[in-house]
Amino acid sequence: MTDIVAFKNVIKRYPGGKIALDGVSLHLRRGEMAFLTGHSGAGKSTLMKLIGLIERPTRGQVVINGTNLGAVKRSQIPRYRQRLGLIFQNYNLLFDRTVFDNVALPLVIRGLGHADIARRVRAALDTVGLLSHERKFPVTLSGGEQQRVGIARAVVDRPYLILADEPTGNLDPALSADIMRLFTRLNEAGTSIMIATHAIDLVERLGYRRIRLDHGHLENG
Amino acid sequence: MARRSQSPQRAAVNTSRRRITPSTLAAPAQGWASAHARCLIESLGRLHRRWVASLLTTFVIGIALALPAGLYVLMTNLDTLSQSWHRAVQASLYLEDSVDTASGEALAEKIADRDSVAETRFISAQAGLEQFRESSGFGAALDALEDNPLPAVIVVTPRPEMPRAEVGELLVDLESQAGVARAELDQAWLARLYAILSVMERSAWVIGLLLSVAVLFIVGNTIRLDIENRREEIEVMKLLGASDAFIRRPFLYSGFWYGLVGAILALLLLGACFIALAEPLGALTRSYDGALALHGLSFKGVLVMLGTGVGLGWAGCALTVNRRLAAIEPR
Repeated sequence: MTDIVAFKNVIKRYPGGKIALDGVSLHLRRGEMAFLTGHSGAGKSTLMKLIGLIERPTRGQVVINGTNLGAVKRSQIPRYRQRLGLIFQNYNLLFDRTVFDNVALPLVIRGLGHADIARRVRAALDTVGLLSHERKFPVTLSGGEQQRVGIARAVVDRPYLILADEPTGNLDPALSADIMRLFTRLNEAGTSIMIATHAIDLVERLGYRRIRLDHGHLENG
Repeated sequence: MARRSQSPQRAAVNTSRRRITPSTLAAPAQGWASAHARCLIESLGRLHRRWVASLLTTFVIGIALALPAGLYVLMTNLDTLSQSWHRAVQASLYLEDSVDTASGEALAEKIADRDSVAETRFISAQAGLEQFRESSGFGAALDALEDNPLPAVIVVTPRPEMPRAEVGELLVDLESQAGVARAELDQAWLARLYAILSVMERSAWVIGLLLSVAVLFIVGNTIRLDIENRREEIEVMKLLGASDAFIRRPFLYSGFWYGLVGAILALLLLGACFIALAEPLGALTRSYDGALALHGLSFKGVLVMLGTGVGLGWAGCALTVNRRLAAIEPR
């Protein structure tokens, strides 16, 4: 089983009749990095939400790391999400906590011991180059730094899949390139990554696989 | 753990691969305890950060708890007061006319031998008439009577420490004695006082119950606002895989602190009332020859108060938090 993500003929229809995904089948191999592109409303976010179990498909099957998500009960969702690394356009940091505490959150949620948490948080902050900022609060950081905190938080518990939804949407081109390089490094270390983005020129320069969505359909590319 | 170890290809970023060792297995258990401790302190810190709003909430809780507790203290004091009046209680046994002086005296002695009786005094019909003649001023009218209309009486004083229910039983028992026509407890007013006290006791319960419900609503509403204010944070936590129990925990601890601090405030309020009332109450107790002491809340009472506060705070929170948290899902 080498697929980390497998969509089989997935249809997602929202209440009100809007069809966001119309029969999508796709695969992401373990250790692969791919970019999900398409115009606004093409279904990128919906696809991400289905993987994160924020939404359920109307029809079809989503299998993540060998787990058929249709069989994951509501009460099992927290455990399932703990194994994903989610990265958001607006970073979703908690502003009343330090950088360290933000990155530690997934480990605190999983109930790890103090020493373990400190060691892993420092390793993750080192990866994104923010080790010296651990005592700062997110407001004092630039947008690029905030997103790197978000990435540290996503990788701190060593997820099998990183999902990033428009991670550079609020950043200028130079910072965006920085963040993308960071993803490249994480991928080289072996993590499977799926990134939804508008930054098409950046994607083309990097040369990774591109999954194009158009009005809920997959375009081959 | 098991599932993780099955995916060896999984990446490790800049750190060593996770291995299962005794320490990594024990970590979650340790983490659980320390997570609770941390949560307890953190929730206190949160309340401290918004201390004006927190203080207002705890103050309302404090007043709501202080009212029934104050009523309870008042009642226990009145109760001890009435216990001392109780010492003055006497019962009169009216004897049948057929009982002569000698057997009346014998009966009085027999009753005095009982454990429950402190002393008895026999008053013959003749002596009673003399007494009445002197004290009532109806001497002339009494002289006009051919027979002595008064029965012989045995005045029974029960042991002072006897509970009032047993005094009633004693009375019924004495009435059934041969030669006794009727037994009567003096001081019907005492019975009325007891009735008033039991009405007060019941009111204290009812008021306590109503105010407890109020505390539940106050805490529930405060927590509801707290959850609304932290909506985004809760969504993020859910996205990161936090269970409902994990998200609920700090709110439950907030409920705990609200209740505890509220109860402490209630105790302080009671103390303040006690000090304010000390002088007039002191004068009242002195009039009872110092036989009475004013009682505040006992140590057990203080514990009950703190326990009630914590219990209500926690419950008020638990009743709200599940419903509100379920309504918050990441979009």
